[in-house]
Amino acid sequence: MNEDHDLKRTDDPCSRVSRRGFLESVGVGMTGIAVASNLSAQDAEELTEDAEPKKLSLVINGRKHMLIVEPRTNLLYVLREKLGMTGTKPGCERGECGACTVLIDDKSRYSCLTLAFEADGHDVTTIEGLVHGEKLGVVQQAFLEKDAFQCGYCTPGQIMAAEGLLRSNHDPSDEEIREGMSGNLCRCGAYQHIFKAVRRAAELKKEEGSA
Amino acid sequence: MLPKFSHVRPSSLRQAVQQLASSGSHVHAGGTDLLGCLRDGVFGAEKIVSITGIGELRGINSREDGAVRIGALTTLSEVATSPLIAQNYALLAQAAAAAASPQLRNQGTIGGNLCQRPRCWYFRGDFQCLRKGGDTCFAINGENEFHCVFGGSRCYIVHPSDTAPALVALDARAHIRGPLGMRVVPLGSFFVLPALDLARENVLRSGEIITHISLPPLAPGSISSYRKVRARGSWDFALAGLALALKLTGRRVDWSRVVLSGVAPIPWRSSETEKVLLGRDLNPRTLREAADAATRGAEPLSQNGYKVELVRGIVEESLRAIMESHPETPSERT
Repeated sequence: MNEDHDLKRTDDPCSRVSRRGFLESVGVGMTGIAVASNLSAQDAEELTEDAEPKKLSLVINGRKHMLIVEPRTNLLYVLREKLGMTGTKPGCERGECGACTVLIDDKSRYSCLTLAFEADGHDVTTIEGLVHGEKLGVVQQAFLEKDAFQCGYCTPGQIMAAEGLLRSNHDPSDEEIREGMSGNLCRCGAYQHIFKAVRRAAELKKEEGSA
Repeated sequence: MLPKFSHVRPSSLRQAVQQLASSGSHVHAGGTDLLGCLRDGVFGAEKIVSITGIGELRGINSREDGAVRIGALTTLSEVATSPLIAQNYALLAQAAAAAASPQLRNQGTIGGNLCQRPRCWYFRGDFQCLRKGGDTCFAINGENEFHCVFGGSRCYIVHPSDTAPALVALDARAHIRGPLGMRVVPLGSFFVLPALDLARENVLRSGEIITHISLPPLAPGSISSYRKVRARGSWDFALAGLALALKLTGRRVDWSRVVLSGVAPIPWRSSETEKVLLGRDLNPRTLREAADAATRGAEPLSQNGYKVELVRGIVEESLRAIMESHPETPSERT
């Protein structure tokens, strides 16, 4: 394979080093050739372009975090493995179960399908961000009151989905609750109680708002 | 962890198109389908060109000529809840609301929804199938319950999008930016059948990005609806669906668009059904004939014959609902 030979054509030593690192980690000749051919197409605009860790700042639960992460890192990984915020759960890691649900700019999203770099410039809210000191958030309180879980693994994701629903819709109908919670699976089958908890949370939010 | 790739987030379309010039680069809009494909190894990427930092690609606006422009980065949630869309193109709002789950709709974009890869489990799975450069379509003699009944040849995928059939029915156009500049493609000509090209599902060439969708105004008094049948009540792809747009005088059909989802490798426009409906009153006989016309030419595989009956059923049911909510044609009363 002639990746090294091709790579030396670049006149930017920084990009050469990082590209080589990239190639080593991929280790496939075909990929090497494809990347090497990219170099001639490099444009004038200096957009950092490599697979190595880069600086990233994220605002999570109102706090700014400075990180160094690889571009391929998803938000879920950053939350759990870089920041130790293990409330957000990994499940399917392909956007099919909802365990990793967080809010981005008040909207529910799957953190497993969100690259960490894509959360840059947005407000991320995790389950940890719903607690006020020792006081549970109203959705958490409602899930507790209505016994809306069995094993509890999907619960943080369920709560964040409910939180997202209630932030955009203060008074959801039964149908809107069902639809709003349809992106989260519960293998214990606690759906009936989850439904009641979301209805209760809507009441609690209303009371809180009028108090 | 996903395989390694580089990630750039240009702030202008021009930069994005330049970045896409290198081979092995992929566009990231919402990222929901892209990251899933990368994770499952459906294809690889050396570079992700994220277009999420390009503000001009967002939002829904009405234009002076009555058309509506939807930026490619507009999320499915935004399309589903936009009053402008709901008032003018109910069909599209319903289709966007019926897609995926709330989280995916909050992230997935209208442009990405049109460009998503097929959901065939052989294509997504660890099979070197025809569409991935192999020499076999495993669905032909395999588990083909969810595959196509129209338009298949050698490969039997269905197009997974709900918004695509809606946009075809609304005569929408895709505005595309590429290395050679802008071009405009009617959504009805945007998708590609396997007989034409096995490797891609649409006409986008390497380095091209959908910038926005434009929707011509519907004639006043037009009605439209989207019906989606799933194996469960929510969060699933269509077994079959129907995007329907009609212009009626009383119950007489002056114009119609009938586009099926979930049954073909592309949104499947049934011109035969439109022909049956044209100029005729909606009555039980027309409904039956229209439903029959919609199933004509179906070639089910070993496990998906039920889709033919589903098509018949949803065409008849959707038309009946419209018939019943409209007064009889004035000329009939006199």
